[in-house]
Amino acid sequence: MGEHHRKTSRRRQNPPSRGGAGRLVRFCGSALTLALLGWLLVGLPGCGNDQPDHTPDGRVIVRYWEKWTGFEAEAMRAVVDDFNASQDRIFVKMLSVSGVDQKLLLSTAGGNPPDVAGVWTHTVPVFAEKGALTPMDGYLRDAEITESDYIPAIWACCQHRGFSWALPATPASVALHWNKRLFEEAGLDPEKPPTTIAELEAMAEQLTVVEQMRGAETVRVRFPDLTEAEKDAKDFKIIQLGHSPKEPGWWLEMWGFWFGGELWDSDRKITAMSPQNVEAFEWFANYSKKYGRRNLDTFGASFGNFSSPQNPFLNDQVAMVVQGVWMYNFIDQYAPGMRWGVSAFPSALPAGSAPVTIIESDVLVIPRGAKHPDEAFEFIRYVNTRGPMEKLCLGQRKFSPLTDVSDTFVPQHPNPYIEIFTELARSTNARTGPRLPIWTEYADEMRAATDRMFADGATVDTALGDVQKRVQRRLDRVLRRWDMVQDDRLAEWDRQ
Amino acid sequence: MTRTERQNLMKGLAFISPWIVGFAVFGLYPLGTSLYYSFCDYDVLNKPVFIGTLNYQDMVVDSVFWKSLYNTFYFAIFSIPLGLILALLIAVMLNQEVKGRSIFRTAYYLPSIVPLVGVSMIWLWLFNGDFGLVNFALSKIGIQGPGWLTDEAWVKPTLVMSGVWQVGGTIVIFLAALQDVPRALYESAQIDGASAPVRLLHITVPMISPAIYFNLVMGIIGALQEFVRPFVMLGGSGPNRSALFYAINLYQNAFDYLNMGYACAMAWVLFVIIVLMTWGATAASRKHVYYGGDS
Repeated sequence: MGEHHRKTSRRRQNPPSRGGAGRLVRFCGSALTLALLGWLLVGLPGCGNDQPDHTPDGRVIVRYWEKWTGFEAEAMRAVVDDFNASQDRIFVKMLSVSGVDQKLLLSTAGGNPPDVAGVWTHTVPVFAEKGALTPMDGYLRDAEITESDYIPAIWACCQHRGFSWALPATPASVALHWNKRLFEEAGLDPEKPPTTIAELEAMAEQLTVVEQMRGAETVRVRFPDLTEAEKDAKDFKIIQLGHSPKEPGWWLEMWGFWFGGELWDSDRKITAMSPQNVEAFEWFANYSKKYGRRNLDTFGASFGNFSSPQNPFLNDQVAMVVQGVWMYNFIDQYAPGMRWGVSAFPSALPAGSAPVTIIESDVLVIPRGAKHPDEAFEFIRYVNTRGPMEKLCLGQRKFSPLTDVSDTFVPQHPNPYIEIFTELARSTNARTGPRLPIWTEYADEMRAATDRMFADGATVDTALGDVQKRVQRRLDRVLRRWDMVQDDRLAEWDRQ
Repeated sequence: MTRTERQNLMKGLAFISPWIVGFAVFGLYPLGTSLYYSFCDYDVLNKPVFIGTLNYQDMVVDSVFWKSLYNTFYFAIFSIPLGLILALLIAVMLNQEVKGRSIFRTAYYLPSIVPLVGVSMIWLWLFNGDFGLVNFALSKIGIQGPGWLTDEAWVKPTLVMSGVWQVGGTIVIFLAALQDVPRALYESAQIDGASAPVRLLHITVPMISPAIYFNLVMGIIGALQEFVRPFVMLGGSGPNRSALFYAINLYQNAFDYLNMGYACAMAWVLFVIIVLMTWGATAASRKHVYYGGDS
């Protein structure tokens, strides 16, 4: 009541005036309305492409989003600088962008993508199928770039539905890394890594050190020296582990590759339940049964960050890991005194089979709707010539995806085992994640399944069976959509 | 409507137009489109295709959807009452005439203004199964602590415990309400021989019931949308999806798997759940909430 009273009396004191104040209010109102209208007509701020198209000296600006930061970004920047110096027509503006796939998605959907984006091979089928990339086939034909210029598995990573969508930047393969000092301490030959799964298991046990209570005393013993009763009771604490299929845990969904398994039939069927996959995950789940889930969990919780001296491989907690070509950088930085070796991770395939590895690659793509696709390709092509590519690969300490490698590349390379990674990439058993548009979801399902096998007590058959059902249903839905649009899509890609 | 009134209306509208435009563009339009997309197969990059209620039908048979809903309810059922009771007790204590009261008040409010991501990182270290301080403290009294963030059974309790640390906002609202409780009521109760717990239960709680009700509703909304801590502390889903909360599942579908249509449908289902729960809370508390001044 009081409030109302105050308002009324104030109004009485200042009656609506036809004089200066009223005009001012009217003017302000109109001005505000006009300003708002203008704001809406011109477009919401930040939504327009207000970036300059040309440099002051008239060169076309190619916007390039790169996912790397740190020394990898610097290596790419050096190549970009070389390219810019060699050009009077194009200027590449490189920007390190975190979460590049999501930002690329949103900017492409919004019609304002960069001209070049540095993404991963697993991004290619997802974005290509949804029409978010520009096919490169025409450009490749004109530039006379063919499959034979590349390591086959890497070239294959850039293909989807019969079209080429990307060219590689730097590739990577994975291999067994082992700690030679821990081998010696365990009485093993430090120069002889395991070559079969059985050898891997035996060596892993020998390399595993546990603390066991015996009477009132705590003793430190190697796993094979535990009594059968102690092994069954699993009442020990793990101090050092020979090998864990969960470390680093980045490719859990792909363990089947080392047992000859496939994750799909390259067409319409998910094959999570194939006998080889079941065998692989029986092997995987057996770690939990052998060493005890709780023991492994507690031990795993003691691991530091990957990129730190507390990395479990670098601080002697885990003796053998499957790791990529990049591991050298971390060893060099955080454990420079470490004695280590690299070889193919043992597989369950028949003796004499080609070694198995997972191959992935950083790739360069041209998003759909890029303003300067021709200039973008010009840059991508430059990166994919021998000199610049080797400079990039030396800088990022990877191997070259090209078949034509200069004689000086390997001797110059800081990683002493770089040839092993190259050889693995060339293996006929070099595998990649399935080129499926729903691979992210599939991989997450597989990871959840590995959790269930390890912790939940679910059998391998049940866990993989659930993945099979769920992912197949998703794939069916995606394929139904693809079937509806494929004729238009393929024709459109052909035209481009 | 006279000419002046019409003019005044236009002026009024012009002055609030920034808000109207903002609400229409950033509120109403996304709401409307998300409802439409929930009936579509939509992956952000392609045009949405109308598929009727397929997204909603999929939800019924999606075991991950149910698991995320179960996780969220589990979290809500424990964290909301725990948070409310704790906040009320702290507020009552902070309302006592003690020396350094303002320092205590500041200290208890402080956690609420710490950024959630930073807090999550600290909890991550405190609850580390091997060298976390929590397990270290427990080991000092002879208890071997669990793997708080690695053991499926402990993940949600850990999130509940770490969540109640930040009840400062709730405390402030309770404190404000407590100041309005007439002293006379306490005095007469005291003369009648009522003990402190009895006074709390029969005077304080009924008198601040609007604040409890408000905090309950806000608690329901907040708990059902829990996102940041599980996302940062457990990388999204935790062991065997034990920390896959509804909002995280929605986010993953929208931005990781590009099932935007499905994610929109999930958002609307969450909206309906929140409306129903709020309505339930209102209905249940109608007889128990006392607004001063009512006859």
